[in-house]
Amino acid sequence: MTLVTIDKKDWLKGLTAAAESYRLFGPVKEKDWHQFEELDKGEMPDLNMVNTRLSPKALLFPQSEDMLEYSLDETRDDHHIMKEVRKDYSPRAVVGIRPCDAKATQLIKLNFDAPDIKDPYWLKAYEATTFIGMACDTPLSTCFCTSTGCGPYHEEGLDVLVMEQNDAYLAKILTDKGQVFADASGWATTSDDAATFEAGKKAAEDRIVSKIETDNLADTDLLELHGAPFWDDVAFACINCGTCTFSCPTCWCFDIQDEVNGKSGVRMKNWDSCMFPIFTVHTTGHNPRDTKTQRVRQRFMHKLKYFVDKYHTGIMCVGCGRCVRQCPVNIDIRRVCELMNSFNPTDACASQG
Amino acid sequence: MLGYTEKMRGIASRLLKDCSVEMVIGFRKGSMPMMNEPCFVTTIEDVPSLIWDSNCGINLANYLTNRKEKIAVFAKGCDSRNIVNHIIENKIKRDQVHIVGVPCTGMIDKRKIAGMVKGEILEVSETDDTIKVKTADSETLFEKTEVLQQNCTLCIHRNPVIHDEMVADPVEEQTSLDRYADIQKIEEMESEDKWQFFEDLLSPCIRCYACRNACPLCYCPTCFVDESKPQWMGKGQDPIDVRTFHFLRAYHCAGRCTDCGACERACPVGINMRLLTRKLEKDCQEQFGWEAGLSLDQRPALDVYQTNDPGTFIK
Repeated sequence: MTLVTIDKKDWLKGLTAAAESYRLFGPVKEKDWHQFEELDKGEMPDLNMVNTRLSPKALLFPQSEDMLEYSLDETRDDHHIMKEVRKDYSPRAVVGIRPCDAKATQLIKLNFDAPDIKDPYWLKAYEATTFIGMACDTPLSTCFCTSTGCGPYHEEGLDVLVMEQNDAYLAKILTDKGQVFADASGWATTSDDAATFEAGKKAAEDRIVSKIETDNLADTDLLELHGAPFWDDVAFACINCGTCTFSCPTCWCFDIQDEVNGKSGVRMKNWDSCMFPIFTVHTTGHNPRDTKTQRVRQRFMHKLKYFVDKYHTGIMCVGCGRCVRQCPVNIDIRRVCELMNSFNPTDACASQG
Repeated sequence: MLGYTEKMRGIASRLLKDCSVEMVIGFRKGSMPMMNEPCFVTTIEDVPSLIWDSNCGINLANYLTNRKEKIAVFAKGCDSRNIVNHIIENKIKRDQVHIVGVPCTGMIDKRKIAGMVKGEILEVSETDDTIKVKTADSETLFEKTEVLQQNCTLCIHRNPVIHDEMVADPVEEQTSLDRYADIQKIEEMESEDKWQFFEDLLSPCIRCYACRNACPLCYCPTCFVDESKPQWMGKGQDPIDVRTFHFLRAYHCAGRCTDCGACERACPVGINMRLLTRKLEKDCQEQFGWEAGLSLDQRPALDVYQTNDPGTFIK
């Protein structure tokens, strides 16, 4: 681990140099919100933001991604043969990603880079990417990252972590990939000011006011939790839209569709949402989660129980608070987590019916 | 509307106690400023969770669809008009709902308010006429009328059109409003500008369907966008498909939409898709003198044939 200091005056110069060998992505202001986009030549990431409205998961897992293409034109020799769509997997860097969103890539990786099954589209994009994180010194009241195994200076999933320090940035180079990016940017002025980094981290963590408790989730019986009496109450307000799952940095479900236009077609991968009534409907017409309550329970059980039991690495949530802020009917994962974590099956057995 | 909460709790307790309903549908306090959560109450012990203020913009008629219980529901003017729609369209029976009318002075626009102050909003409180917004380092007082949802500023049916009892005396209705100035402006655009305008309007859409799902009119068992046999439209982010969804959905709402604003309020990316439904509302008014959801005795304009129809194509 190396610490370098970058004078703010040299920030632009460094990123311009890096852009010679990387495609750069970063937060950009659009009307009254921020979102991650590929930066034009000379365009700088707007670091004057709390966080983007949608998470940057789309950089590796686009909402709609063509995987294969084919022709139905029978005069062609290659008709009806699926071919991989050519993509640009040259080196790219995401500059200004928040530590919560970087940790989220590691949770998604568990699914897309499993020992037995790999998602080549996600994985190639992931391997091509260097993550330059921006420490989070001004969290929102809905940020609860410190109780999800994450934090405003959390390093997991990052190659470089940058903190702002008056006229300069202090950057912690965490991986070899990070070092290569630092070299390309000319970030070479080493610093021994680890104390500043530690102090920044401590101060930022103290600013996180929202907390959840997750300590009982692993030990609570899965079926008892599944049959807990509170699900109808939790789900009532839900309108089954995709706001929570689409804004979530850790939701990874997708649906595969073939779309044909004239004689040419693509096989594409689109974000899916467990909130949607047609999510995982079987071809027989059977719907495994036919009611709203079942669908809402699926989302929270997946994030706060199934994932916990399967991977033993905590909950499938990094505490970014996007779903809390954006849910149209104010279903709050912090409240649901509290219900689940404090659930005692023996108290509730009488009401299960 | 400040005194409503206590009265509502009283009404809910009475209705549950004398078993005239099995559940009461209303709002409980949200975990975020300017957000309340639709909820149901089935026991008197839970009645104190019910509240009412200027953050109850979600349309509760949406929560009545196909329910089998005997239900009491709190209904603003717009909600009551959608309950009328629901009854006409057989989504609930009249004798199954006990409508508690809520005279409404409008709901506040959380996105507009967020744009009017600097920094994160930590607390919002209200009096009858004012809204106080607190951030970490400021406190701003607004007139309620300057921060209303746009549909509320244009509302001419603040009082419920149908009710079994009222929470309070009716409020004064707004009159002499120019309700369609923004629509007229779009109508007057050249084709190319109009196209560009709609492209910009819909470009942030992420197809989460919050607008559709917050809408009491959208109750189809399978929406046309979700159909796969036949598949009417693509499921990706192609702008053609995004536009098709919004335009077609608006047409499905023609003659039925009450401009309750739930769609725009629910949208996580701030799209004013009401511009589409209000154009159709305006057309229905101009061509058929029709306003949706005012009477149980008349079917919606596009749902009925009359021999005096002015259109020649239909004769």
